[in-house]
Amino acid sequence: MGEKLKLGFYWAASCGGCEIAVLDINEKILDVVKIADIVFWPVAIDVKYKDVEAMPDKYIDICFFNGSIRTGEQEHMAKLLRQKSKTLVAFGSCAQEGCIPGLANLHDRKEIFDKVYLESKSIANPKRIVPKTTTEAKEGTLKLPEFYNTVKTLDQTVDVDYYLPGCPPPVKLIATAVDAIANNQLPPKGSVLAPLKSVCDECPRKKDNKKISKIYRVHEKIPEPEKCLLEQGIICMGPATRSGCGAQCLTVDMPCTGCGGPCPNSPEQGAAMMSALASILGLEGETEHYTQEDVDNLMDQIKDPLGTFYMYSLPSSILRRKVMEQ
Amino acid sequence: MKEIVIDPITRLEGHGNVSIFLNNEGEVENAYLKIPELRGFEQFCVGRRAELMPILTTRICGVCPVAHHFAATKALDAAFNVDPPSAAKKLRELMYAGYIIYDHILHFYYLGGPDFIVGPDAPPEKRNILGVIEKAGMDVAKEVIKHRAYGQRITAILGGKATHPVCGLPGGISKPLSEENRQEIEMMAASSLEFAKFTLKIFHDIVLGNPKYVDMIKSDAYTMNTYYMGLVDEHNKVNFYDGKIRVVYPSGGEFLKFEPKDYLTQIGEHVEEWTYSKFPFLKKVGWKGLVYGPDSGVYRVGPLGRLNASDGMATPLAQEEYEVMYKTLGGKPVHGTLAFHWARLIELLYATERALELVRDPEITSTNVRNKPGEPGEGVGVVEAARGTLYHHYVLDKDALIKDVNMIVATTNNYPAICMSIRDAAKGLIHDGKVNQGILNMVEMAFRAYDPCFGCATHFAVGQMPLTVAIYDANRKLVQKLER
Repeated sequence: MGEKLKLGFYWAASCGGCEIAVLDINEKILDVVKIADIVFWPVAIDVKYKDVEAMPDKYIDICFFNGSIRTGEQEHMAKLLRQKSKTLVAFGSCAQEGCIPGLANLHDRKEIFDKVYLESKSIANPKRIVPKTTTEAKEGTLKLPEFYNTVKTLDQTVDVDYYLPGCPPPVKLIATAVDAIANNQLPPKGSVLAPLKSVCDECPRKKDNKKISKIYRVHEKIPEPEKCLLEQGIICMGPATRSGCGAQCLTVDMPCTGCGGPCPNSPEQGAAMMSALASILGLEGETEHYTQEDVDNLMDQIKDPLGTFYMYSLPSSILRRKVMEQ
Repeated sequence: MKEIVIDPITRLEGHGNVSIFLNNEGEVENAYLKIPELRGFEQFCVGRRAELMPILTTRICGVCPVAHHFAATKALDAAFNVDPPSAAKKLRELMYAGYIIYDHILHFYYLGGPDFIVGPDAPPEKRNILGVIEKAGMDVAKEVIKHRAYGQRITAILGGKATHPVCGLPGGISKPLSEENRQEIEMMAASSLEFAKFTLKIFHDIVLGNPKYVDMIKSDAYTMNTYYMGLVDEHNKVNFYDGKIRVVYPSGGEFLKFEPKDYLTQIGEHVEEWTYSKFPFLKKVGWKGLVYGPDSGVYRVGPLGRLNASDGMATPLAQEEYEVMYKTLGGKPVHGTLAFHWARLIELLYATERALELVRDPEITSTNVRNKPGEPGEGVGVVEAARGTLYHHYVLDKDALIKDVNMIVATTNNYPAICMSIRDAAKGLIHDGKVNQGILNMVEMAFRAYDPCFGCATHFAVGQMPLTVAIYDANRKLVQKLER
């Protein structure tokens, strides 16, 4: 075996769950250390930003990047790590598609600041102070990075080679990716490192290809344990979501909410789910004669369709963000 | 005036940094801990389906998703006016104990503990989990990995996923516990109890056996007399999952005890323009700036906050250790910030004992785990996250969509105190403009003790932070640069 691989890990706007997912590979980390040197990982080892800057271009073999891009600093690090890495992997849902924090694209900076600093119930802010990028304190100048209006994915910022989906990526997918790296068996650039099938294909629940006329929310119905949740009227994102997780949420009788991102042939996850739902939602016994009112009534059962169908993928979708009136 | 910047990774990294300003005599004039990130959950959760809040809000923090999950679930219980069956409450608390086991082990061995086990003056490259393994041995390392994983596994069994669980519903939990899974959890909890005892033994041998460390815990640079807050049960014992919020005076003794739903009458949040984080304070005392003592509304939460705010632990071994701590450190309340580490291990022991009690409770495999929610309204849910009291407050519309959200997140409660701990440690340790590596780590230790998880706003201290320290003269000219 030749020289050890050089790996890097980095986080941008994320919750830390991707870091925990890496720790959750447990003893597998010892295999990683056998084949690779970790040259950059702020959470665990002491390599500084200036060391990264001093690295020759393409010095890092594979860089796993989690988190979305929300500030100028994160954008800078994405660009720097792209330059220093042969292969850049968007690790987890935030980097791949924006994830739940990407729902912030329904608002802009002003709306978020107003809510957080001026309108929240516990706020005691009579002077209506809001954070600023530059503050002159009596001892000197204090700076904060600029908070952007829009959450961006990693590939909206720099060129990305691979995607490791999930929130966080399932341990099994991380382990498979590590093996592929170790054995030099990575698929073509641009691939998503996950099975081609949907969550439904991994789900053991029974399907009867039944139509539904009533939609239930999870707190409104105790589902039968063996049967498909969607066919019991509970919106489950399984048909539109990429597998690899082992349908974990379904094991505790809860629906998939879509964190695995889109399936390979339907990159617009929200549209794919709406299409799947349209094919099974209908009036009992009725096959073709729907009035506009019938359709409206059926559709009105779906509360917050945007937050439901685009819960993880709004920034990467064709919708991208809400257009704000100036 | 000179400025020292302690910046995790660099100024450009963006997960929190400290600026220390020196005056012309080279003494510390002031220090600022800036939180440079914000995500705005309070805004973008508006309009979402209420029942999704336990799933949406886990993404505030991937280190403590279980805390957000159940604060949200309890807020929904209240908002839908439904009381879960007893078995559901016990299952939630069991999963919660699993989370505390995982999280407190993570902090002691991976994050804060290295300062003590390897030593605060040890070279930076040794002051990490690998240094701990070197000092404690590979067998210990395997036990650490195993038991941290057990904590995660308990959450995965009950919650579907360890990171970002999904089982919480208004009125209960999505699935009962099978006997097979119960046995697995019992085995893991029993093993974790032994491991918690072993961990406390390490702490006694290495930390308390060294007078230098004990002096450091008691030293002025790490002492701050503040109010303390934590959830307590009906006997005023520490409880992570449920109870009333109790606040004690800096001098000890009960100052407040209130129901979660009344938190707005007791807590306010101040805003400064130099940081994205807010500054919570006790309304009855008022916001007086970054000062402490009985006239300042600043309070502390987390392991030491909980132990100070309670009258003891609800399980026997943890109670014994609780008594040892207060005896050793000179009575209640303990103001030494570094005592957070000891308090954390007492809580680890409690969590393992409590997990065993719950998993051996005959009711734990009951299939009655859901009650029917009522009409949507307004609700507050409070739990003790590993890092402190966590408040979720939702207002629902008639379609049970979210109309308003307010949250006071665990670490945010401690933010004013962390700012002061850093400032005071810097003042106590930096003189005549002299700064070296050991001193900088000791300043850093002041906030690592809190296990600050700004993942709940950002997440700058999930690990050992590389430090860059730049010292500027009065003209902002770089005169010295220290790095590690």
